[in-house]
Amino acid sequence: MFKIVKREEMTAGSVILNEIEAPAIARKAQPGQFVILKANEDGERIPLTMAETNPDQGTITVIYMVVGKSTALFKTLQVGDSYQDVIGPLGKPTHVEKVGTVVCVGGGTGVAVLHPITRALKDIGNNVICIIGARSQDLLIMEDHMRAASHDLRVCTDDGSYGHHGFVTDVLKQVMETEDVKQVVAIGPVPMMKFVAEITKEKEVPTIVSLNPIMVDGTGMCGGCRVSIAGENKFACVDGPEFDGHQVDYDELMQRLQAYCEDEQACMDGDCLIRS
Amino acid sequence: MKETKASKGKKATIPRQPMPAQDSDVRRRNFDEVPLGYTPETARAEAARCLQCRKPACVEGCPVGVDIPAFIHLIKEGDFTGAIRNIWGKNALPAVCGRVCPQEIQCEGVCILAKKGDPVAIGHLERFAADYERLNGSGELPPRAEPTGKKVAVVGSGPSGLTVAGDLVQKGHDVTVLEAFHKPGGVLVYGIPEFRLPKEIVAQEINFLERQGARVECNQVVGRTVSIEELFAEGYQAVYLGVGAGLPRFLNIPGENLIGILSANEYLTRANLMKAYLFPKVDTPIPRGKHVVVLGAGNVAMDSARTAMRLGAESVKIVYRRSREEMPARAEEIHHAEEEGIEFFLLTNPTKYIGDEKGRLTGMECLRMELGEPDDSGRRRPVPVDSSEFAMDCDLAIVAVGSGANPLLTQSTPDLELNKWEYIEADPETGKTSMRGVWAGGDIVTGAATVILAMGAGRKAADSMHKYLTWGW
Ligand SMILES: Cc1cc2nc3c(=O)[nH]c(=O)nc-3n(C[C@H](O)[C@H](O)[C@H](O)COP(=O)(O)OP(=O)(O)OC[C@H]3O[C@@H](n4cnc5c(N)ncnc54)[C@H](O)[C@@H]3O)c2cc1C
Ligand SMILES: Cc1cc2nc3c(=O)[nH]c(=O)nc-3n(C[C@H](O)[C@H](O)[C@H](O)COP(=O)(O)OP(=O)(O)OC[C@H]3O[C@@H](n4cnc5c(N)ncnc54)[C@H](O)[C@@H]3O)c2cc1C
Ligand code: SF4
Ligand code: SF4
Ligand code: FES
Repeated sequence: MFKIVKREEMTAGSVILNEIEAPAIARKAQPGQFVILKANEDGERIPLTMAETNPDQGTITVIYMVVGKSTALFKTLQVGDSYQDVIGPLGKPTHVEKVGTVVCVGGGTGVAVLHPITRALKDIGNNVICIIGARSQDLLIMEDHMRAASHDLRVCTDDGSYGHHGFVTDVLKQVMETEDVKQVVAIGPVPMMKFVAEITKEKEVPTIVSLNPIMVDGTGMCGGCRVSIAGENKFACVDGPEFDGHQVDYDELMQRLQAYCEDEQACMDGDCLIRS
Repeated sequence: MKETKASKGKKATIPRQPMPAQDSDVRRRNFDEVPLGYTPETARAEAARCLQCRKPACVEGCPVGVDIPAFIHLIKEGDFTGAIRNIWGKNALPAVCGRVCPQEIQCEGVCILAKKGDPVAIGHLERFAADYERLNGSGELPPRAEPTGKKVAVVGSGPSGLTVAGDLVQKGHDVTVLEAFHKPGGVLVYGIPEFRLPKEIVAQEINFLERQGARVECNQVVGRTVSIEELFAEGYQAVYLGVGAGLPRFLNIPGENLIGILSANEYLTRANLMKAYLFPKVDTPIPRGKHVVVLGAGNVAMDSARTAMRLGAESVKIVYRRSREEMPARAEEIHHAEEEGIEFFLLTNPTKYIGDEKGRLTGMECLRMELGEPDDSGRRRPVPVDSSEFAMDCDLAIVAVGSGANPLLTQSTPDLELNKWEYIEADPETGKTSMRGVWAGGDIVTGAATVILAMGAGRKAADSMHKYLTWGW
């Protein structure tokens, strides 16, 4: 059993933070790695990236958006409740290197995933510019954390309720015109990553993206998480989740994320809340 | 059949006791076990067919050398408790092996009675003895040696790892089994379906192991959560790697990433381990195809096809590029699949998947094949028939064309020597690997094989590990 020691609602009801006791995982985890959580006996195995780890306290922190049946179940768990299973750390850690100026682009809950990577990039001596966005101000998360983890933070909202009115990609274009950008890291909804990669490809700026296909085991054993990278099949759980953003078949990934849409809908009210 | 020698001939004319089974029309839509098991009476009648050969061929045919005539004799005498204790001497999981061993190419295949008629139903009898003990036995634990104070880590809780753990715990060692999944049992829980091997049986075997003092820790992905070096640093003196062959193979033909194409590993894991056939009562979904195609013809393919039927498919087709003779599945599985209405498209090679604008599978293109010259494996190589392309409609395809070595653990352990297929190099007699203090066995050494071979490898390794822990490498 893996006890929740802290819980926060980061936006009204839709983005939730859980700090969970998992000492063995906390000891080993590195930025970019994820865990698989299962709430109870009949639960689904759900992958979430670790937004923070605290090896001394023996805890890991995950931040998730409530999108479907399982994340809605997670939302009901309170401090003192436990997940039955937490497995990890899984996936390859982010390759962090000193290259000069790096732009980190985050959208939605992708910002949570981006945070430890941003901090690591800054710690190793890069000049880190951060661009984060959300649909509106109330959905924006971790602004203070991201400000602390970078040298320069730009905020955007789709509806203009806060910061720059528009998409993160608009701001990225501006930054790339004025700065000598050596690397871009983009984590967020698939269309966002796709457009970021299109922009950076023109200028041949190396770009890392983090992919979130549907997973089961997270150990390379089922092949459910396969993604096309430069026309070749890779398993995101062991070969990723981070890949060269210029090689990813985003359209295929978006389609594959819809695989269980109808089934999930059958047990959720309302529209399918696909995050892409 | 002619009667030659009076005594032998007479016994052989008793017909083999049929295994009662759920009716095929009913069972094709439920997940309950198909064969219902012998009663004590039918078991004793079947046991009476055994000729008690002085040089029993059947024992030679069993990879772990179960003393078949002896346990069968005990069943005939009605000493079911004695029978199971006799089997345990060689085989720790008889309830499993009795159900899943390919008996027709092992013990029963070489039974003397098979020459002229039906062999003794050794598998059914082994199953009977184990089930009888499970339902009626005392649950008494086997004797355990004095604690040695030596710590052993067993990585992977499939049949191979469970055998090692059971043997070493009885020899007094302090055993911990580390399993990546949230439930122990390996293929026995995530691969082989409920209707063939009830999960309760596996759970009871694990419980038996724990009652003997072994610890089973799930959610431990060795190579990620903890490395082999760290296990030694934590005080483990010997490590057994029984991590199986968990890497799905695909056909690598166009369209394979359409929605509706799953590896058998994924499909069966969803169905068995995650119990997705109960969705939405449980949270894991599984695609329920109307027209299902299963690629391959081994046990994994039969299990996938029969699962799809139980999930409500209107049609299920096995597509296999060789002929019936080469199908690797157990005879009983093929027979059961046919009875349940699964169609076989043999000498048929899929060449392409077809999808719609939403990226969902709608059909497959195939080529007809004919048998040519024998290949390396001695099987006649299938060659395509010119312009024999044809299409079939399907909305779910399950790829069951074999598996390879999962590199997760071996990549994180560079000192471990691998063969050219990336399986671990281990001494076939002792299971020793190139790393001191590390043994390996089962599918991760041989490639995908059978439960009993994985167990046999585990037993040899356990003997070698015990020697090492007692006297050194
Ligand atoms: C490596 C990895 C790391 C991730 N990290 C985070 C994270 O830090 N925070 C976070 O909020 N989410 C993260 N995700 C996504 C998260 O796993 C999914 O949102 C979650 O599985 C949805 O489960 P559900 O049962 O609530 O929704 P479902 O009811 O299963 O699905 C709701 C909708 O989302 C789609 N969907 C299903 N699985 C996924 C998936 N894996 N990713 C995206 N959409 C999916 C479905 O098709 C459906 O349309 C990560 C995914 C991966 C693979
Ligand atoms: C669907 C299916 C049907 C089959 N039917 C039959 C049959 O009818 N008869 C028969 O004889 N054989 C059958 N087989 C084959 C048989 O099941 C295998 O040969 C046998 O299970 C191999 O045993 P094992 O202990 O080597 O590995 P497995 O049973 O594969 O167990 C390996 C275990 O190790 C765990 N693991 C992997 N990596 C790690 C890691 N890094 N850290 C911790 N744990 C890890 C896995 O999760 C798994 O639980 C079938 C196989 C399948 C898939
Ligand atoms: S273990 Fe398998 S091969 Fe050996 S006797 Fe039993 S059923 Fe036959
Ligand atoms: S070969 Fe057949 S008849 Fe002879 S001992 Fe074995 S099971 Fe009995
Ligand atoms: S989640 Fe199963 S292979 Fe990646």
